[in-house]
Amino acid sequence: MAKVIMTADDSASVRQMVTFTLKQGGYDVVEAVDGKDALQKLANTKVDMLITDLNMPNLDGIGLIKGARALPTCKFIPIVMLTTESQDSKKQEGKAAGATGWIVKPFKPEQLMAVVKKVLG
Amino acid sequence: MIDLHRQAFKEEAYELLSELESSLLELEERPDDQDLIGRVFRAMHTIKGSGSMFGFDDIASFTHEVETVFDMVRNGKLSVTSRLVNLTLAARDQIRAMLDAADSGAATDLQASAGIIVGLRELAGFVGTEGAKEDHHEEAAVPRRDPVTYRIRFAPPRDIFVTGTNPLNLLAEMKELGTCTIVAQTDGFPPLEDMDPEGCYVYWDVILTTDQGENAVRDIFIFVEDDCELKIDVVAEHNRYDEQQDYKKLGEILLERGDITPQEMSTVLSRQKRFGELAVSEGIIPEGKVQSALAEQKHVKEVRQEKQVADASSSIRVPADRLDLLVNLVGEMVTVQARLSQTAALRDDSELVAIAEEVERLTAELRDSALNIRMLPIGSTFSKFKRLVRDLSVELGKQIEMTTEGADTELDKTVIEKLNDPLVHLIRNSIDHGIELPEVREAAGKPARGTVHLAAVHSGDSVLITIADDGAGLDKEAIRTKGIERGIISASAELSEKELFNLIFAPGFSTAKTVSSISGRGVGMDVVKRAIEALRGSIDITSVRGQGTRITVKIPLTLAIIESLLVRIGDDSFMMPLALVDECVELTREDVARSHGRNLARVREHLVPYIPLRQRFAIAGAPPDIEQIVITQVNGVRVGFVVDHVLGEHQTVIKSLGRAYKDTEGISGATILGDGSVALILDIPQLLQAVEMEQN
Repeated sequence: MAKVIMTADDSASVRQMVTFTLKQGGYDVVEAVDGKDALQKLANTKVDMLITDLNMPNLDGIGLIKGARALPTCKFIPIVMLTTESQDSKKQEGKAAGATGWIVKPFKPEQLMAVVKKVLG
Repeated sequence: MIDLHRQAFKEEAYELLSELESSLLELEERPDDQDLIGRVFRAMHTIKGSGSMFGFDDIASFTHEVETVFDMVRNGKLSVTSRLVNLTLAARDQIRAMLDAADSGAATDLQASAGIIVGLRELAGFVGTEGAKEDHHEEAAVPRRDPVTYRIRFAPPRDIFVTGTNPLNLLAEMKELGTCTIVAQTDGFPPLEDMDPEGCYVYWDVILTTDQGENAVRDIFIFVEDDCELKIDVVAEHNRYDEQQDYKKLGEILLERGDITPQEMSTVLSRQKRFGELAVSEGIIPEGKVQSALAEQKHVKEVRQEKQVADASSSIRVPADRLDLLVNLVGEMVTVQARLSQTAALRDDSELVAIAEEVERLTAELRDSALNIRMLPIGSTFSKFKRLVRDLSVELGKQIEMTTEGADTELDKTVIEKLNDPLVHLIRNSIDHGIELPEVREAAGKPARGTVHLAAVHSGDSVLITIADDGAGLDKEAIRTKGIERGIISASAELSEKELFNLIFAPGFSTAKTVSSISGRGVGMDVVKRAIEALRGSIDITSVRGQGTRITVKIPLTLAIIESLLVRIGDDSFMMPLALVDECVELTREDVARSHGRNLARVREHLVPYIPLRQRFAIAGAPPDIEQIVITQVNGVRVGFVVDHVLGEHQTVIKSLGRAYKDTEGISGATILGDGSVALILDIPQLLQAVEMEQN
């Protein structure tokens, strides 16, 4: 059975690109438009990995990571955040919240797949 | 596909821009609204992030400037003024213009962009600082370097699991970098009641030999290196020449790692016992640490050994023709020695006989070692085939694994070279015709991955090379049909399984339904057979439908000198390769009379057909009353050759017959006997074939 990865991003184009890349890599993808939407979907869906943007309306990436880690089903899943180079402090904040790793934007589809393979095994 | 993404980005960007406009206008009314500031920042952030991802680099770098300013506003370092709003609105219009331009291909007003950026920078208070700094990933090819052995201690934080990291994935990544020995250290485990089941108490010592460089190793730990204890030390570089000495002693390794202090080490060393055992029993260090250090010793030793094996095989390089000359000289010497022995025996001089025997012994030794120099392990050829199998299986969409056995079996260099092409052909056949496609295999209840097994083994003075696949096996009916179609056999012919299989060696025979780039033109197997026979070898097929095919090639160890049986017919001497000879029996006049001219002899209740060589070679004169049948075995069939006398075994140095007699049927060469006369070497397989052809 294909592994399920959630992508949480308020940018439809990034979601589209991430979804397209992951599906090509043989994964199933659940999309969420912001942190709040993601948490709601996480409560009902079992995912194997979460890829989240940091800047999102309603609930940002840090809040989403904290919220997800509090869910028993998401306690140990890899969570990768999408950051930009200007947010080194955010990187640390994200790690403290429980993120596994990060991908610096802009990234290429191959870079995304490399990180997914790395953390998902 | 990229266009689709670009289109999606543009639609989204237009949406964001109109939202940005209204947010900015609202912001002018309520400059302190954090929510509004956040919205503006996010809009800029998204345009920048997505823009650069879909190739709108100009938009991304421009937006970066605006984003930077709004990051400061968000963090309270800058307040919202009407000038800021004006500039941002101008920037928004500029981004829109750039988006439009991307569609139509029109040039954007770079001056306007620059003006806005300067204004924003002035506002933010950093005039003249460098522009957007994109961190480009270094994608330069990693230069090849000598392998280096690293000692890596990786101690993850206890709470590594709560960040969703699986340390085993990291270890697995290291294994992909090179030769890797991993020792898990478990001395950090607390008593059960104190243990947090979700904590990580293990740490690892890894000895890794890789040519990828230290950065590649560090990259593996990129997400965790801030939190974990990671020590990477170079312990050995494998390009130096001073590797003959032993690797570091156990104590030295532990000392280097800081697992033990110099004082502790000298305490332990003062007792003359095995260092590791002592250090553990003294309670200085836990056993795991010693195990890990021992593993390091072993790892480096193994890596070095591999290197040495490679070095050793190339240690002396001698031009092949010098070796050929040596072997030729030895051949001459064997011939002269035979004459000496014969002469000595005739002279009845015991002193001379003693010398002749001494020379005989020495010559035999010299011959063996001279021939040995030319021997090479067949392994190098095997590894070439591995590559072939890999490439072919990819090309054909088949999953094939090649296993080898007996790579250290030695064969004459010339033989190995001449074997290369026939073996390539046989392996190609196995892959192309033998192994089925993965779906077909699975449907037949076989593993999707097929196997081609290549084995070499010594058998007497020959080497048997086996190519066995677990593919479809030979289709007897298809072979028969094809054989009839091609006029190789008659429709009514009743052939044994072996005879049917042998048909695939007939010229112009191929059962493949389509001609592929690899095989199927039917010019292969007969060439293979001829090449093998030219090496005085033989080829044998067994096959079970649905289970696979096994082809065995039997090759003599060397081409230069063979053991043979010396026989006489009339006044002529002949040599028969001893490897083919089974036994000799007598043939009396009565026996011939009893068989009623059918050339069959009864040997221990079995009938053996024979070929009277005197007749075949049209040698004049009458045969003696008691003739000899030399019974040979070729491709599993026993056939006798009738000669006048069997003289005995002989070391035969093969001389070619020269061009004029090259194609003489049934003769593969000649040799010079002890008395200086010439004896012809019989080509038994060819003789048999010729006789069979005549009878059909």
